Amino acid sequence: MESAFLLPDLDDEEARPFWDGTARGELLVQTCAACGTRRMPPRPMCPACRSLESTWDATSGRGRIWSFIVAHPPLLPAFAELAPYNVVVVELADDPLIRLVGNLLERSDGPINEIDPATIEIGEPVRAVFPTVDDVALPRWVRE
Amino acid sequence: MTIKGATAVAGIGQTAFGKGLPGSELSLACQAIAAAIDDAGLQPSDVDGLALYSMEDTREVDVARSVGLGDITFFSQVGFGGGAGCGTVGHAAMAVATGQCNVAVAWRARKRAAKASRPWAQVPTRVTGHWQWSRPFGLLRPVDEIAMLARRHMHEYGTTREHLANVALAFRKHANRNPNATMYEKPMTRDDYMNARWISEPLCLYDNCLETDGALAVVITSAERARDLRRPPAYIHAFGQGLNTQHQTMTNFFRDDPLKGPAWACADVLWRTADVGPSDVKVAQIYDAFSPLIPLSLEGYGFCARGEGGPFTENGNIEWPNGRLPVNTSGGGMSEAYVHGFNLVLEGVRQIRGTSTAQVDGADVSLVTSGEGVPTSALLLTKEQ
Repeated sequence: MESAFLLPDLDDEEARPFWDGTARGELLVQTCAACGTRRMPPRPMCPACRSLESTWDATSGRGRIWSFIVAHPPLLPAFAELAPYNVVVVELADDPLIRLVGNLLERSDGPINEIDPATIEIGEPVRAVFPTVDDVALPRWVRE
Repeated sequence: MTIKGATAVAGIGQTAFGKGLPGSELSLACQAIAAAIDDAGLQPSDVDGLALYSMEDTREVDVARSVGLGDITFFSQVGFGGGAGCGTVGHAAMAVATGQCNVAVAWRARKRAAKASRPWAQVPTRVTGHWQWSRPFGLLRPVDEIAMLARRHMHEYGTTREHLANVALAFRKHANRNPNATMYEKPMTRDDYMNARWISEPLCLYDNCLETDGALAVVITSAERARDLRRPPAYIHAFGQGLNTQHQTMTNFFRDDPLKGPAWACADVLWRTADVGPSDVKVAQIYDAFSPLIPLSLEGYGFCARGEGGPFTENGNIEWPNGRLPVNTSGGGMSEAYVHGFNLVLEGVRQIRGTSTAQVDGADVSLVTSGEGVPTSALLLTKEQ
């Protein structure tokens, strides 16, 4: 059965290496094979040098919270059941200009509404975890 | 070459605003367009140009054959939702200025108040493209995406909920003077704002725009022709569009400097092609799907320094009649109606005509902006050519 959690379509060839990485427990970032510039979200051409060649390079999986929200209804039903829950944007320690959207969890397989939102702070250090929802491992975050 | 003063808005028309208005979106569009043509004192057969939002569901062919328009020699659609409003008027103005058509109509019609019509409620269970980087984590709605930027703005610059309340309260006061506004007879207090339920922290209910059924239209023609028509022309002094480098629509967290939105690029072309600057603007209609777009846009269009958008709202600065820059004088998207920002264009024209219900004295330069956080557009309207 399809999850109601709006999972990524794994047929997207541009993004597939990222999701293959999370399935292995790795946080990969698209990197230009010619000039080394990192870019996320992925795209076919390097905006710095126009190369069409890219690699997917491992990161430390560490970062800091750049911003966050706490979502309340009205929401799609699957998410409304979990509200209020947090959504964070994390800047990566390896390259703070690379940012990813995720959730802050109390534990690596915990729900997205377990942490008291009043305790979340911009700048706090976090590390990536990869809980699985259906056939996708989503990169989420726990406190360092 | 610029389009400075070459064209003018010569007619405006609209339906009532409401929830569950009778008639289809097409019927509402036709009523607004016919009213705008009448307001200008023109005939439907005079119209030979059309410009609309790419998200508009009423189509050029259906509108033209319903209203009885003439042969259409220019038609254009502008993308990116609420970023398109001023863009449709600007495209029409460029087409008139370059002789591709003589009388153009731009419009927006929506039956938005039906919950099922809200775009964010219509996502499939698998997401593709750039949405896959945000939606799986529960960042679902436009308000969530703007709340993320708002929290960061608060962190970097000390913007507060008091500042956002200043925005919501100013627009509500303006709506309380406007009999056409949804919130005409509904005053709001600071306590109402502070006690409202959360939608996406740090944003509450009153940081959000309304959901409205309604349609609005404007008629654009040459400055020369507009002078002979029924209403005082609102000259189109300058027009801009902006899609800034490395921008990603709505989820604008990925560029180097996410708090610098498309308004900055749009402002560059607007002021570069104008004879006036921000200090000459007497009144502004600023796209307000969410209250944080006001400080972000005030910074982007150069009314204050970076990070000063919050404090700019203090001391009644954006309120009619005594504020330094009265903003959204008909109530805006938050308290008049949310018709994808097109009602802001009509209020910008009314300020030049002198017919606003919160009329700014000596309003000779009137700014209108479209959606911030998406590829956007803006217009500078003037009383004198």
